[in-house]
Amino acid sequence: MLKQYPYLSAFFAGLTIDLEKSAGFPLSKIIREMNEEVAEDNAFNGENFIQQLQDFINQMQEFLGKDSNSVDSLTILPGKDKSGQPETFSSLVFEKSKITSIVGPTGSGKSRLLADIEWVAQGDTPTGRTILVNGEKPSTDWRFASGKKLVAQLSQNMNFVMDLTVMEFLELHARSRMVANEKEIINRIIEAANALAGEKFDADTPITSLSGGQSRALMIADTAMLSSSPVVLIDEIENAGIDRKKALQLLVGEEKVVLMATHDPILALMADQRIIIKNGGIHRVVKTSAEEKEMLSTLEDADRKLQLLRARLRAGEMLHRDQDS
Amino acid sequence: MNLITVSGPPSSGKTAVILKTAETLMRRGVKIGAVKFDCLHTDDDIAYEKAGIPVKKGLSGSLCPDHYFVSNIEAVLDWGLKEHFDLLVSESAGLCNRCSPYIKEIKAVCVIDNLSGINTPKKIGPMLRMADIVVITKGDIVSQAEREVFAARVHSVNPAAVIMHINGLTGQGAFELSTLLLEGDNHVDSLKGRKLRFSMPSALCSYCLGETRIGESYQMGNVRKINLEENQHGK
Repeated sequence: MLKQYPYLSAFFAGLTIDLEKSAGFPLSKIIREMNEEVAEDNAFNGENFIQQLQDFINQMQEFLGKDSNSVDSLTILPGKDKSGQPETFSSLVFEKSKITSIVGPTGSGKSRLLADIEWVAQGDTPTGRTILVNGEKPSTDWRFASGKKLVAQLSQNMNFVMDLTVMEFLELHARSRMVANEKEIINRIIEAANALAGEKFDADTPITSLSGGQSRALMIADTAMLSSSPVVLIDEIENAGIDRKKALQLLVGEEKVVLMATHDPILALMADQRIIIKNGGIHRVVKTSAEEKEMLSTLEDADRKLQLLRARLRAGEMLHRDQDS
Repeated sequence: MNLITVSGPPSSGKTAVILKTAETLMRRGVKIGAVKFDCLHTDDDIAYEKAGIPVKKGLSGSLCPDHYFVSNIEAVLDWGLKEHFDLLVSESAGLCNRCSPYIKEIKAVCVIDNLSGINTPKKIGPMLRMADIVVITKGDIVSQAEREVFAARVHSVNPAAVIMHINGLTGQGAFELSTLLLEGDNHVDSLKGRKLRFSMPSALCSYCLGETRIGESYQMGNVRKINLEENQHGK
């Protein structure tokens, strides 16, 4: 069985019973002859086990058999806000490699919008919105199949909690996704993360001792290249120790649909369109205007100056008023 | 009335998940009651009351909470029927990883959190393996990669379950869980003759009966010895 379905070793590894040592014997024989006490001690139920094994194989065959995770666009059909007022847009499309920013005060309904997308709402959530994938009614797999989640999230509150080095951590993630070219992807992620982070780190660094900027850079590079989810939701990116423009370019380059909740003008104006949320509903959708794009380059200049001053302080230099570039 | 059993390791967020889900259920016109099983102490009943949910609590004290649960669930069900709830939620803390509180044909939810460590899914027995729905909490504070790895590990020990992420603070995902809880007809009038999905952890030895002294001669009944030989061989 292991020869035919190599991924079963992950399944067997999750068991408290070492089945691999009995390799070569028919599974039914092993289970039939298992001592009742051993089975109970290991919380092992033969009948249930066979069922789970079948489920697992079916799901994995399906998962490996098709590249059904490719999402070119998401469409939101309108619902209503908290007071029951219908939303006024006719349909709202998020395309891959495009950035949409989401603005609105805390409690205005950003989480609900995200939850609608995550759950691929079909008029069955409090907002009554409908989510289409690639313009069509999506398969229920997006709701229920594990390893097939529509939305990956990046937020300021997130931390690494595992006690692993960068390399071990990425290997673990790559294996759980069962990617074919593990080494290559891991190297690409480390390289990309280092291009985003202000200070470089290497593969032997424990993830828990990365700085805030380095952690964020690694999370973004990992999400861009190794997450199975086609949609990435970003909840602000802090403005320290990370090149935010490059970070967004990386996600866009990996063909993600990017949604970004932010009130930072530099980030919000980098987006192609902006959603304004009010009272639980999508109040307006606006394209980033030409004037705003112009303002963006001024803001970016100012930001660059600020970063430069920061770097000089870090290097122990004195700052001078007329010092530029 | 429908009955749902919710279980999970201590501090995994069971109560928060139930309260957020109950909030959306009550908005959908569902009448809910709750019962909280714990070991030594719980204040969760106050949290339920605050949310306007009638609640009973049961403390198992020196007994195995699982055994206590199964000996009392019938009476609790009768209470729920008398109160005319649409849905009764039983919440029990999984204190040892061998807990097995689920009943056949009664919807079973296991709540487990991202912070508990990535080998945890392997360490937890029937409480995780036999659940219909696995809710993973605290996803807002770990990285996307850790969330994905954790979910994959849960999937490998319970491929049949629906795995959901719920944020116990904002309630994101709670509405969706409430939809799953309402799905299908799980009407139950009595638990008489129903069966547990898996046998509970067993123990019957002198220490169960209050023995406190240490030593071979005080050990009676169902006693098991550690195999140090095997341990030495790196097993």
